Amino acid sequence: MIKTDVLIIGAGPTGLFCAHQLGIIGLKCEIVDNLDKAGGQCIELYPDKPIYDIPAIPECTGEELTNNLLKQIKPFNVNFHLNQRVEELKKVENRWHVKTNDNKEFDVASIVIAGGVGSFEPRKFPVKECKKFEGNSLFYSVKDKKIFKDKTISIFGGGDSALDWAIELSNTSKVNLIHRRDGFSGAESSVQKVKELNDQGKINLYTKYQMESVSGENKIDSVKIKHDEGEVKEIKSDYILGFFGLIMQLGPILDWGLNIDKKKVEVNTENFETNINGIFAIGDICSYPGKLKLILSGFHEGALAARGCFKYAKPDEKLRFEFTTTSKAAQERLGIKND
Amino acid sequence: MPKITYNTHDNKTHTIDVQNGLTVMEGAIQNDIPGIDADCGGGMSCATCHVYVNEEWLDKLSVKEDGEEDMLDMAFEPKKNSRLSCQLIVSDTLDGLVVNIPSKQG
Repeated sequence: MIKTDVLIIGAGPTGLFCAHQLGIIGLKCEIVDNLDKAGGQCIELYPDKPIYDIPAIPECTGEELTNNLLKQIKPFNVNFHLNQRVEELKKVENRWHVKTNDNKEFDVASIVIAGGVGSFEPRKFPVKECKKFEGNSLFYSVKDKKIFKDKTISIFGGGDSALDWAIELSNTSKVNLIHRRDGFSGAESSVQKVKELNDQGKINLYTKYQMESVSGENKIDSVKIKHDEGEVKEIKSDYILGFFGLIMQLGPILDWGLNIDKKKVEVNTENFETNINGIFAIGDICSYPGKLKLILSGFHEGALAARGCFKYAKPDEKLRFEFTTTSKAAQERLGIKND
Repeated sequence: MPKITYNTHDNKTHTIDVQNGLTVMEGAIQNDIPGIDADCGGGMSCATCHVYVNEEWLDKLSVKEDGEEDMLDMAFEPKKNSRLSCQLIVSDTLDGLVVNIPSKQG
């Protein structure tokens, strides 16, 4: 069990800046995120797209913003727990015990939910029977590519993941690549490669097809795909892979007893605390009258929530307001040496 | 003000006055039309404002950018008449537009 002052859920810009604000006032925190890296929507949805409304930064990309925030919190040595989602929450006396789906446990004085629009989960096939095969012969990511050796794999999707895995697996497996249109969103070089492999008979490319149904007993035997014009083909398949990107879902937070309206957590605007004492919500996930879904609003919310956390972490101390330009304590925490 | 009709999956019809210049997505969000999530807030990066446009309106709409078509690859059950409603800007030409909201967005 990791004992610290604050657990931040979500490593997007808002969560990262909140960690900074906690560090400045002398509180320790740990960050959990379901993605494999920090940055949240900035890094997952638009790493290369420019952002023009970060105060004093005329233009930067999602990736640059994330890297700068990480640089800014470096002095505080914040620990990240990636690839996992918070699952259970328990109140133990005046502290919170939180457990992730990777069995990591935290004992904290307060929690800051900076979960954006929810945790990123793979987008799934609309076909109902797919659920039955999920995890045994149908996957949304590849964990162990060895299981595909000498098997027939049907890959659905037109982005980089679909193309890259089709190319990679075509070395050792029989690969069908199925996509809903002729165009692809993946890299042009990969598209060319897939077309070459298709011409050489190493990949069977089916464009303008989508999944119609899957069948099999315990594992998948075959998949039916349907052309835009209505023609249906049945292709033998041992495994199915679907790559449709990620969608954001609130997940277990929904069951924590928070006041939630339209996928947003209600907070006060004094310190962004929720209806549950010691649990705060900031950034896109919180709602209050006048809420703007801007990164800069998330920064403001994080600064106030960090101060709200203080009384739970250090109930016997009083928090004094200080500026980083003049506060010796803050500068010490930032690792700045003054002569 | 142009009228936009949103048919939701539960077979309800919502006809709403949407101001010129707003997007079809914003018209839905501001009026609590169920089924349009718009998680990314109109950044063409999530495909949760996906709608099916009635055929007769397709050629009156702005042409899809590549980015929109790429995002539609990720949408729930995309069809030929699929669009992202955040990319449809309301104008007098679209007065009477009918869109159908898919059974779910993810």
